[in-house]
Amino acid sequence: MIEAKSLCKSYGIFKAVDDLSFTVQAGQVLGFLGPNGAGKSTTMKMLTGFLTPTSGTALINGIDVVENPVAARKNIGYLPEGAPSYGEMTVQQFLIFVARARLIDARSVPDSVEKVIKKLNLTKVKHQAIETLSKGFKRRVGLAQAIIHDPQILILDEPTDGLDPNQKREVRGLIRAMAKDKIIIISTHILEEVAAVCNRVMIIANGRLLADDSPQGLIARSRYHNAVSLVVEKPEKVASALSELPQVGKVEIREGELTLFPTGEKGLLEAVTAAVSANQWQVSALRLEAGRLDEVFHSITRAEAST
Amino acid sequence: MNGTINIMKRELTGYFATPVAYVFLIIFLVMTGIFAFYLGNFYERGFADLDPFFRFHPWLYLFLVPAISMRLWAEERRSGTIELLLTLPLTIHQAVLGKFLAAWLFIGLALVLTLPMWITVNYLGSPDNGVILAAYLGSWLMAGGFLAIGSCMSALTRNQVVAFVLSIVVCFMFLLSGLPMVMNLFNGWAPQIVLDGIASLSFLQHFADITKGVIDLRDLVYFALVIGFWLLANVLILEVKKAD
Repeated sequence: MIEAKSLCKSYGIFKAVDDLSFTVQAGQVLGFLGPNGAGKSTTMKMLTGFLTPTSGTALINGIDVVENPVAARKNIGYLPEGAPSYGEMTVQQFLIFVARARLIDARSVPDSVEKVIKKLNLTKVKHQAIETLSKGFKRRVGLAQAIIHDPQILILDEPTDGLDPNQKREVRGLIRAMAKDKIIIISTHILEEVAAVCNRVMIIANGRLLADDSPQGLIARSRYHNAVSLVVEKPEKVASALSELPQVGKVEIREGELTLFPTGEKGLLEAVTAAVSANQWQVSALRLEAGRLDEVFHSITRAEAST
Repeated sequence: MNGTINIMKRELTGYFATPVAYVFLIIFLVMTGIFAFYLGNFYERGFADLDPFFRFHPWLYLFLVPAISMRLWAEERRSGTIELLLTLPLTIHQAVLGKFLAAWLFIGLALVLTLPMWITVNYLGSPDNGVILAAYLGSWLMAGGFLAIGSCMSALTRNQVVAFVLSIVVCFMFLLSGLPMVMNLFNGWAPQIVLDGIASLSFLQHFADITKGVIDLRDLVYFALVIGFWLLANVLILEVKKAD
């Protein structure tokens, strides 16, 4: 379990992280979401004991990270931002170094290294110097060093940054596969990633916690949640006809697409489909909107910026 | 302890994975040779000893040791690996000591590679090998002092050139503190105890004592204190400013 207790980090008068408190339980994959410079990385650096908080502290499985950083770190696998590694070493040399440093029993070092190399598809490049590798491989080496000791807590700062879509998919699959009975915290500014791997999201901006919810919960905050969009001939005529329905609230037309927002009454989709077939409108697309994460993100972080 | 050794091994692997190690070793051997034979008149003076060889070590170290030490921490900062290193379950003490020991052993290796000098002088005459052994030890200890200063300066910045220049300046002050040109600045107005204090900081004086073949405990303690002091300062600097 991770317990952050009023974490603060200031640089002079600038508050990078401002009174952040939260708890994360085993089985949770928590996504830190926020604009650049929101304090996501700073928070992670404090959780891993790299930065000392200006005030407040965090407990890692009950161990205070400020008072006892070395013991606290034993439970953590950490991928720093940009996945730094020693470029002149080969992949294998580097992973052996990390395995030893992470106190894996000396006899099991070769095994753990071999396993993690397989897991991240690094076999082909294991004897290559890391600095000669592509960005995707470097990122995977970074992930490999973070999970080599099978830690209970994984903290990954932008784990898929710089990967191509296939590699992103692989890494997300890997994170999901490890998620059971672990604590995983990832930071990202890619919205789709949150929906793909996380079961909890914290939106952070200007060092403050603005929302703490499940991805579904966040999406439900969207004004598009349960709205109905359709592409139809003569959208203006259809719009005025449909706005008569009691289930239809606001109506928007954008680039030929008609979006109907729900009122409190249920059954918007049914009412619309009934009206479509009754009037025999030529509909080429019709869908129920789940909600738009980017719109939620924008409205939450913008509201903060304007205060 | 294991943590320190692990870091030391990693550093040493790093030296030999890049041209740094080979360039340094070759330059060191060539320079010691040039100094001993041309400036030191190794043959012409007609003594079977290694004094002309050791006499220039302080000046050689002044430039070559900061060249080794400048990357120790500045490079970690520049590449961001400092965040990886210092979030491993290790203390900063272990990291500082591991890196220092690796560099010190490496310079020790450079010294060992000068053994042909010692073989030559034994072939040409019968030198006092005890004195030579003491001088090797003194030279290595002095290199450790330079290195500890350089490591500490390297922790101050992410720029290797800045680290290099700062190290040379501080090393130069330690080197010269016993010479008349420095002492004359203080003579006449500073109390004797200050004069003694400044004079006793000199690398040159302590190194000269050891190369005479007298291994005095005070000289050993002096170098141990210098190394300890600068490494401790190194740890404190890292603790205060890890991230920037």
